[in-house]
Amino acid sequence: MNNKDLYNYILGIADNSLILGQRLGELCGHGPTLETDIAGTNISLDLIGQTRSYYQYAAKIQGEGKSEDDIAFLRLERDYKNVLLVEQPNTHFGYVMGRQYLFDVYHLLLMQGLANSADETLAAIAKKGIKEVSYHKRFSGDWVKRLGDGTEESNEKMQEAIDDLWTYTDELFDLTESDEKMISEGIGVDASAFKNQYYDEVTALLKEANLQVPEGKYFIRGGKKGVHSEHMGYLLADLQYMQRTYPNMEW
Amino acid sequence: MTQAQTAHIDPHLIPTLEEVSDPEIPVLTVLDLGVIREAVEQNGLIKIKLTPTYSGCPAMDVIGDDLTAAFAKQGKKVEVDLVLAPAWSTDWISEKGLRKMEEYGIARPLKESADKEALLGNKKLVKCTNCGSTNTHLVSQFGSTACKALFQCDDCQEPFDYFKCLK
Ligand SMILES: [Zn+2]
Repeated sequence: MNNKDLYNYILGIADNSLILGQRLGELCGHGPTLETDIAGTNISLDLIGQTRSYYQYAAKIQGEGKSEDDIAFLRLERDYKNVLLVEQPNTHFGYVMGRQYLFDVYHLLLMQGLANSADETLAAIAKKGIKEVSYHKRFSGDWVKRLGDGTEESNEKMQEAIDDLWTYTDELFDLTESDEKMISEGIGVDASAFKNQYYDEVTALLKEANLQVPEGKYFIRGGKKGVHSEHMGYLLADLQYMQRTYPNMEW
Repeated sequence: MTQAQTAHIDPHLIPTLEEVSDPEIPVLTVLDLGVIREAVEQNGLIKIKLTPTYSGCPAMDVIGDDLTAAFAKQGKKVEVDLVLAPAWSTDWISEKGLRKMEEYGIARPLKESADKEALLGNKKLVKCTNCGSTNTHLVSQFGSTACKALFQCDDCQEPFDYFKCLK
């Protein structure tokens, strides 16, 4: 088996959780209500926890004596493999919930596939993750419905968020070379195979939420190849600050 | 299945394990919580397999340190391994643990289907830890820690935590 491909494959999944976890973490103490604030940080904690399991495994696969922290904090922007969707900023609460929901539906389908991976460690992380991600999806889906089917203003804002974020959804189903190799070995999950299922599910909820399903066919991609949006540098500056300023610091 | 049926724990280690509690729910020992998957002593080294309740549960690092400290008092060395499979379930909390949890003010997890109904707000099923009434409502799906949701009693107005069912 090619370790480099497995390493890349793990990072492709883990970086999504890290970056979305970081985005949600930014809201700590800034949520619109105490309950949503706590929910955001709880979801962040789940995602960062999953990230730690993936990175610990990736560090072992890499075999260069690096730690999970090295992988999280000491890479350059181009080396992060997360999709563009998860790095989009917390523009307003509608964006936060819209981004979360559009990712959660994908995330759960991916975890359900990964639970059957030929790689035991990945299957174990996924099985644990399924329980958590189902809960995230229930929460974010409820909010998309509540805002979409709420007041005129909340509907307008939720629609704006969905319209903007929609352009990042197609990238979720792109396969990198490492993805394809891992799929052929029964380790990876073929995300392109559940694309229709994804859009069916999202479409049904948007309709229930009194929201228009965007019809645009223009999609933005690049994150999976390391080509990120202008927001990513700022996010990393925040994320990596301590390790860059005080190398090797521990607490 | 209960913890006792599935976990392999050397009986002579139990008294010390019972001294270590969950830092977030201090009335529960690690045995009550069902997070010890294995504890054996081999050639003077105690090997413990610990499973997290939630992936990012910060209590796990603390529990690992506390286990090491508890056995260090007896001059014994501990090796703690974090294992993810099989994934922890609220079914692994012992009956004694569930009772202590309720006395502490946290409502015990309902069965899976009832839990779903309660968290979706479809049915009133979660029992108030203050007055015992099930006339309660969900305030937030996420509570003070990842494992809990926040409820409030409509009879006595008490706000309380509910330990979510995890399967
Ligand atoms: Zn009451």
